[in-house]
Amino acid sequence: MDRAGPGRLTRRGALGLLGAAAFARQASAALFPLVEVAPGIHVRPGVHEEATVANADGIANIGFIVGRTGVAVIDPGGSGIDGTRLREALRRVTPRPVRYVVLSHVHPDHIFGAGAFAPDGPVFVGHPRARDVMVQRGEFFRNRLADIYGIEDAGDYAMPTLLPEPTAELDLGGRTLLVRSHATAHTDADLSVLDPQTGTLWLSDLLFVNRVPALDGSILGWLRELDALALQPAARAVPGHGPAAVAWPEAAGAQRRYLQAVVDGVRAALRRGDDIETAVRTVAQEERGRWLLFDDYHGRTVTAAYKELEWE
Amino acid sequence: MKAFAREQIAGWLGRPVSQLVCETLLAPTKFSAVRISKRTALALGLLALLSAPLRAEDDAERATRWKDLSQAIFGDRQLLDGAGVMSLEAPARAMDASLVPITIGLSGAEKVKALYVVVDGNPSPLAGTFRFGPLADPRTLKTRVRVEQYTLMHAVAETEDGRLFATERFVKAAGGCSAPSAKDAAAAMARLGQMRMRVDGTPEPGQPATAHLLISHPNNTGMAMDQVTRHFVPARYIQDIKVTQGDAVVFELDADISLSEDPAITFGFIPQGAAPLQVVVEDSARAVFRQSFPITGQGS
Repeated sequence: MDRAGPGRLTRRGALGLLGAAAFARQASAALFPLVEVAPGIHVRPGVHEEATVANADGIANIGFIVGRTGVAVIDPGGSGIDGTRLREALRRVTPRPVRYVVLSHVHPDHIFGAGAFAPDGPVFVGHPRARDVMVQRGEFFRNRLADIYGIEDAGDYAMPTLLPEPTAELDLGGRTLLVRSHATAHTDADLSVLDPQTGTLWLSDLLFVNRVPALDGSILGWLRELDALALQPAARAVPGHGPAAVAWPEAAGAQRRYLQAVVDGVRAALRRGDDIETAVRTVAQEERGRWLLFDDYHGRTVTAAYKELEWE
Repeated sequence: MKAFAREQIAGWLGRPVSQLVCETLLAPTKFSAVRISKRTALALGLLALLSAPLRAEDDAERATRWKDLSQAIFGDRQLLDGAGVMSLEAPARAMDASLVPITIGLSGAEKVKALYVVVDGNPSPLAGTFRFGPLADPRTLKTRVRVEQYTLMHAVAETEDGRLFATERFVKAAGGCSAPSAKDAAAAMARLGQMRMRVDGTPEPGQPATAHLLISHPNNTGMAMDQVTRHFVPARYIQDIKVTQGDAVVFELDADISLSEDPAITFGFIPQGAAPLQVVVEDSARAVFRQSFPITGQGS
């Protein structure tokens, strides 16, 4: 494995090679911590914050998987800055070419680093619906990022050309990843990636750990997909937000409990004839304190669930 | 009024409505602070109604925006302070900018024949005009609107004798028009025009009752741009909703793109006998949806 962890840099330092450039690399590596959750699978855990100037929208778990002949990036990052840092970090790990960039879904914190990988000429992989969603929401997301980072650093999403219907294989040389398109769940364009070699299931935002799940698709669909995914044998999963890797399927439990609590609470509210405002105030309040950013997202998730379930 | 709403306001701004969102976002109105000082006492009176202190420059811009808007909608008619006559409730910070629940209360102090809902900062600000018929109980009205940017929101009540009362709220939300929720658009189109209605309790003839109407319709704003063709996704939105019982009108709503997807309206009515409530909805594609709902036996 062509790995360049902090240990190697330290040895270089001992050899007297620790010049300004290496120092800068080390500092940058510290700012962009990569965790190798399984051989050749590198994850940068995002911070549990909203997008700010300081965090460069590096709030999601992003990373890459290295094969013998090429690399697949799984989510290129939340901004132009975040994507550039990921690409630099990738180059500290391996010189192999970036063959694929997987866009796990169309949310800015996961895909606006795509532009940083354009020079590598990768194949962009996305859900069959992702192109439409990008058309509908891409510019809106760009403008929101540009408000924070300026248009230059906001970054760019990319139109996927490989659209798993419902699956596709990514050959990285001695390692073949299985990409799956899911029915509407967290969003209406979610992908998951399985690395059979290490039993690693990269779920991105199909799985939230510690940070409260945000709903932008179908709460009932998400529960269905989660239950189906729980049957997938895997040693570990990579959540879209939370630790770099978690035990699977054990780590699905908390999110399942939360989503079910919202469904049950909203259904009860609808039966009582409660309006949305009342539902937002009362549904699944027992979950407060169990999740980060609860007060930032829970009301929105209840609102979305209400809108979905009032048509049952 | 509907034609007035879209075309007059677009004309007043000198651009087609469908282009307004980008321009509104990129080039917010730049009115000088000097201009506000020349405004009539009306704007100052409305400013005094603000529920929360705002940054000074925003105060001026928003007051000016409302001054221009109210001029476009109501001409030179005087807007009276709605305190004691009406209330407008909306979340200070919306959970979802494309679905902001609002509640308009009328105290009954004035006999009101129409109610205007204006989301000042929206590309098409006049969200809806409710015209009450003889069977209306207009004391409580709820609906859900889109909010494109941090904005003042106004409710204006028009009395039987033609006076106008206004009240306002400041709402923090953004993107409700230009970032349409595209969740399962195919499923949404499949149930286009379906309606649901729930009536609280067991309505008695002549006694006020409350009903909740839900209409499945994407209410597309026509504001999301296709980056490949550089064309806007075509707008398709509900223009008219009419609720009647027998031959008598409960209310008629001239609506617009500022209503949220799957428009929802909670309204009061005075049932006249046990005849069902009839709902007729017409959208901008000239599609007409009709459904009737029994008002008894729902027991909720």
